[in-house]
Amino acid sequence: MIPRPFAYHAPTSVAEALRLLGAYGDEAKLLAGGHSLLPAMKLRLAAPSVLIDLNQIAALRGVTLHGSVAIGSMTTWAAIGQHAGLRQALPVLSATVQLIGDLQVRNRGTLGGALAHADPAADAPALTLALAATLHVHGLQGTRTIAAADFFTDMLTTALAPDEILTAIKFPPLGAGEGAAYLKLPHPASRYAVVGVAAYLKLDGPQVRVCRIAVTGAGTKAERQPQAEQALCGGPGDAESIAAASTLAGEGMDILGDLYASELYRRAMVKVYTKRALTAALAEARG
Amino acid sequence: MATLTLTVNGTLSTHTVEPRTLLVHFLREHLNLTGTHIGCDTSQCGACVVHLNGVSVKACTVLAVQCDGATITTIEGLAQNGELHPLQASFRAEHALQCGFCTPGMIMAAADLLQQHPHPSDEAIRHGLQGNLCRCTGYEHIVRAVRSAAATLNPQAKPESL
Repeated sequence: MIPRPFAYHAPTSVAEALRLLGAYGDEAKLLAGGHSLLPAMKLRLAAPSVLIDLNQIAALRGVTLHGSVAIGSMTTWAAIGQHAGLRQALPVLSATVQLIGDLQVRNRGTLGGALAHADPAADAPALTLALAATLHVHGLQGTRTIAAADFFTDMLTTALAPDEILTAIKFPPLGAGEGAAYLKLPHPASRYAVVGVAAYLKLDGPQVRVCRIAVTGAGTKAERQPQAEQALCGGPGDAESIAAASTLAGEGMDILGDLYASELYRRAMVKVYTKRALTAALAEARG
Repeated sequence: MATLTLTVNGTLSTHTVEPRTLLVHFLREHLNLTGTHIGCDTSQCGACVVHLNGVSVKACTVLAVQCDGATITTIEGLAQNGELHPLQASFRAEHALQCGFCTPGMIMAAADLLQQHPHPSDEAIRHGLQGNLCRCTGYEHIVRAVRSAAATLNPQAKPESL
């Protein structure tokens, strides 16, 4: 399978990439790791006439740990997984890397690419929602930040404007009394999440002070679970309250069925994986 | 058309390619390096794995133009001075192939795995080869071959986990 012909540009700065994006508008697509866009182009599901490759922009790569955890949008999953400091600051992210794709996908695929593509079964969107990440964006009109909660608007659709580039993702680091986990039921062939759940808990003594739960793979986009979150907040955060809150996960959410997993099965797995993710997050929060 | 200068298996050369040329087609059709196979063509099976600047990638999901200035190693570049690479030797000795179609990609992926984990546990080998499908062997002999090559390459190392 071979994509339709296109013109190829490999800018070395964000400014140059933005200028190209401004010049070509809707004809252009940004290329990150390429493991979603290139397969779509080979299947001719996507046929941009201009490809702007972000791989030569060194400024978009790297991890910095100063108060918050800042990750350049073009940082590969492999680089994130191998970062020793990140394993201390945000262990849930390092652990999630091992669940993404395979060794070769992780060598090419990027955090920013996964978020901007917003595949409904991708792992990264759920994690950014649960961790309340902030997405930093550069456009021709200037820069802005978008909360993860406002970023995923629909299937494969985000709050990014056509002339904007996602440049960095910032996560608040986890401190004492905080814990997070991401667990998924992977499709046995594709490894995409049939259901994936990211959970974050902040304890105040024995009580749950903040709780965020996000589900991916089940609907058209990654979504927070307000009913289950509210059920757990202010409570004791024990096994019983986690089990009770988990039964509320997926409620009010449009859940999709397909040949591999029916709507009913996915709905059940949302609850199972919510319980497991919350249990793991609680264990981490309690140290 | 785009101009592409790169080093493949130690040889530097310059080529003119269409931007839409995939790395795997470039290697097979422009350089006649047909050891890199096209299996699923959807970045799932791993038959097309090569090393791009030292790390394993699926050549069906990389554009040749993205490799301007890069160093590529294919299965043809693994043996040195007429001696099989330890992974090639161990795949033969341990019967880690039947039809052989997945073998080049399997070996290139395993070579990357052993760079990162010089003496991996069986679990780490299986995790590391998740991106490579074999429809003949049932994987047992492949895991054995990688374990054996690890021992040859790093005789002093202790088994590690993920």
